[in-house]
Amino acid sequence: MSSSVAVLLEACNVGKSFGGVQALKDVSLTIRANEIYGLIGPNGAGKTTFFNVLTGLYPRDGGEVLFDGRALDLANPYRVAEAGIARTFQNIRLFGSMTALENVMVGRHVRTRAGVFGAILRTPGQRAEEAAVKRRAQELLHYVGIPHRAEALARHLSYGDQRRLEIARALATEPKLLALDEPAAGMNATETAGLRQLIEGLRADGLTVLLIEHDVKLVMGLCDRVAVLDYGEKIAEDVPAVVQKDPKVIEAYLGGSIGG
Amino acid sequence: MNRKILGFVLIGVALLILPHVLTQVGTAWVRIANLAILFIFLSLGLNIVVGMAGLLDLGYVAFYAVGAYLWALLASPHFGLHLPFWIILPLGALLACIAGAVLGAPCLRLRGDYLAIVTLGFGEIVRIFMNNLSTPFNITNGPKGITGIDDVSIGSISFATTDSFFGIPFTGPVKYYYMLLALLLLIIIVNLRLQNSRIGRAWVAIREDEIAAKAAGINTWNVKLLAFAMGASFGGIAGGMFAAMQGFISPESFVLHESIIIVAMVVLGGMGNVWGVIAGALLLSFVPEILRYTVEPVQMALFGRQLVEPEVLRMLLFGAALVLTMRFRPAGIWPESRHRREMSEARGAGA
Amino acid sequence: MDIFLQQIINGLTTGSVYAIVALGYTMVYGVIQLINFAHGDVVMVGAMVAFTVIMGVVGMGLPLPPFMIVLAGVLAAIPACMAVGFLLERAAYRPLRHAPRLAPLITAIGMSIILQQVALLIWGRDPRAFPQIMDNPSFAIGGAAISAVQIAIILLSVALMAGLTWFVYRTKFGIAMRATAENVNIAGLMGIDANRVIAGTFIIAAALGAVAGVMYGTYYGIAHYTMGFILGLKAFSAAVLGGIGNLAGAMLGGLLLGLVEALGAGYIGEFTDLCRWPVVSAMLAERCAADGHVVLFGSNYQDVFAFAVLILVLVFRPSGLLGERVSERA
Ligand SMILES: Nc1ncnc2c1ncn2[C@@H]1O[C@H](COP(=O)(O)OP(=O)(O)O)[C@@H](O)[C@H]1O
Ligand SMILES: [Mg+2]
Repeated sequence: MSSSVAVLLEACNVGKSFGGVQALKDVSLTIRANEIYGLIGPNGAGKTTFFNVLTGLYPRDGGEVLFDGRALDLANPYRVAEAGIARTFQNIRLFGSMTALENVMVGRHVRTRAGVFGAILRTPGQRAEEAAVKRRAQELLHYVGIPHRAEALARHLSYGDQRRLEIARALATEPKLLALDEPAAGMNATETAGLRQLIEGLRADGLTVLLIEHDVKLVMGLCDRVAVLDYGEKIAEDVPAVVQKDPKVIEAYLGGSIGG
Repeated sequence: MNRKILGFVLIGVALLILPHVLTQVGTAWVRIANLAILFIFLSLGLNIVVGMAGLLDLGYVAFYAVGAYLWALLASPHFGLHLPFWIILPLGALLACIAGAVLGAPCLRLRGDYLAIVTLGFGEIVRIFMNNLSTPFNITNGPKGITGIDDVSIGSISFATTDSFFGIPFTGPVKYYYMLLALLLLIIIVNLRLQNSRIGRAWVAIREDEIAAKAAGINTWNVKLLAFAMGASFGGIAGGMFAAMQGFISPESFVLHESIIIVAMVVLGGMGNVWGVIAGALLLSFVPEILRYTVEPVQMALFGRQLVEPEVLRMLLFGAALVLTMRFRPAGIWPESRHRREMSEARGAGA
Repeated sequence: MDIFLQQIINGLTTGSVYAIVALGYTMVYGVIQLINFAHGDVVMVGAMVAFTVIMGVVGMGLPLPPFMIVLAGVLAAIPACMAVGFLLERAAYRPLRHAPRLAPLITAIGMSIILQQVALLIWGRDPRAFPQIMDNPSFAIGGAAISAVQIAIILLSVALMAGLTWFVYRTKFGIAMRATAENVNIAGLMGIDANRVIAGTFIIAAALGAVAGVMYGTYYGIAHYTMGFILGLKAFSAAVLGGIGNLAGAMLGGLLLGLVEALGAGYIGEFTDLCRWPVVSAMLAERCAADGHVVLFGSNYQDVFAFAVLILVLVFRPSGLLGERVSERA
């Protein structure tokens, strides 16, 4: 909270097209450290595509991303994770036949070192690391509020718990920026309220959050600043109160369903 | 818990006595047991690749061949070389590992089904080379294969002859049995320890959802290559043992069918679960042998002549195992322990 | 004799057969993204059934022209293969439509083995010599020879490709097939019955395979229960080379692969003849003087070319020559 003007991520002219569809047109945006930044827009506007390019899952057509003062290597998703960006998926992607705990332990991969020989020989170093990984994973399950589901298979969790588990797995990579793709989709009112608390807690703990969300109330109440995408173009970027009144935004949402 | 330990001890004792009992029935059965252990070993090697990492490798037998030919070339009259096993076996593992890495490096970016076909093509290429590398320089001796391959010998103990220890006779096959059992124990430990380790979890994650694994920070290409190379090196070790045990190898032992048999063992048993894979390999090793000894007499008694050869039944069994497992029990007869853990947890909660 | 031209002719002939088999792989892949590993064995069944019928008709001693006898073989093989294709889809693949991607592939491998072993039971372990009942005169063109069978194979496959193209672009079923390949869900919304389309695709692929099997058997004069494996693998390579899922690609890939293989086999011996290159060792010089040639890789490495093409294409251009680049959805 000390330096809320410091820039954490700066995307410059990011472009991506699929065949004839231009999903992102020179999108530039700036995310400040420790803010909650909302990315909204109608269905098919390119929000998920922006996440996929940002995390290296789709090759981009053009543009650069500066993260934490350095150019982000977008060619390899694991480098993105290493740099400190973690994400969740719109259509939850967990490791279904692993337990919840193991899912989170996988997230520790990028911050740990043990190799094959360590594992086979059970070296003291490997054992210590393994114990630490497990402890941290348990803490994270506790943090997101599902410690009692640690030994359940991921695919047997309830929908809301799966969303929480995905966040725990993302947190396990020790990100500076957590990118959430429609985390409240399909949640009921109580679950959404819980999620909101969780996100606010994350920010209080020093994280920066990039949030794609359809639930307008949630976005407007939670986000410090919001960018709006429409047909792959950024049409607005400002504090919620201003964006909400922007005629272009209202037009994009077909006559102002926003804020209503 | 104590019961579990007792169970392991009993199984251990039974396994130690087994070859001497089998010798009473017939030495052939010791050899059959040895081949079964070799197949379990191969299945557990492939389990790392197919079961844990989810990479369908249909050319696994190529690495087996690399190990076998290396042994045959370095320990037989063919080149007049007779190196000891403790040099050749690690060398075979290393060479197979390199072969695995070289093949894997370009192919592991491919989607799963393409990888399967490419590995299959690679297996065929290796077979073609084994068959033809006899001219102009005779390396593999072509389809005729290599004969007179040295047995293992440790110090003064040769695996070619019978020795007596404490008044108990140890024939060659019995000695191989114990060596194979030791190797088997090794690979079981490797499998079990990898399963619950950083790398093992990364493999399973890739198998479950490669994109999520990437996003979670796994360098999928590296980790897949590791699985491929590790699986290959175990194939190389098995190949060396096979060459020594048989004393003769030819390209015919390394055809596609062998790869598919090993895949069938892993799939039927339960991809990713060590005990399931062992069960699958045992089942698919012994049932055909039983068929071999029963099918002919039964057919002679029923029809007065042999209608279906045991070998055909054996292959039909493997084909059916693949098809029926995928249809009715895709996780295998003994699915991965991650599931069972939860089932016991559910039972605990219910009580 | 003009070796180059001769190899081109031979390559076009085998390439035509590869193309027809490759169409089978590519059609099925286009519709349900499955590598029908057993397709090569369907082709084998076609060759075997035709063989049996031809032998039977010849054995009956009917005064039919040889051409009619072969036609009878083809006409018997087509429905037999269609039945096999239908059964494969219905019994093995359909139940796994929503299973993880590797499940149907593993099933396909199992079905391939089962088909081979059943064929072994019916037709035996030994290769069956295809009866050479037709005259097979050769015609000289530009220093090379082309046989009547080669001409027939090339013409027939061109006709089949033209027919299939017409079918896919002009008939109702063909259009439904393309719509399903584009997007199963949207095709379903437009009232297309995906099950029917998929079953139909398998049946058409199998019918083409039957014809290819007879062509192959007639050309090489032999049929064997394992023939489908290598043939299938090569045809699959051809489909990948052209761009899997793309009909024109399968045809192009088949012909190209046939040419690569024929020219490769024709020239590799010459290129890897160590005596042609500056001789380095005395031992080698001695052998060159004695034998004239020290060929490193002869035409017995022919089969390697197809696999090498497969691996190179997949590594450097997985979408093939005519395929579109498709990325997996994240
Ligand atoms: N893998 C893909 N292949 C082809 N088109 C895609 C792919 N991913 C997204 N698109 C297209 O890009 C556009 C933006 O999609 P997306 O980013 O998912 O939108 P949003 O998340 O804002 O709803 C849409 O037109 C969509 O159809
Ligand atoms: Mg989206």
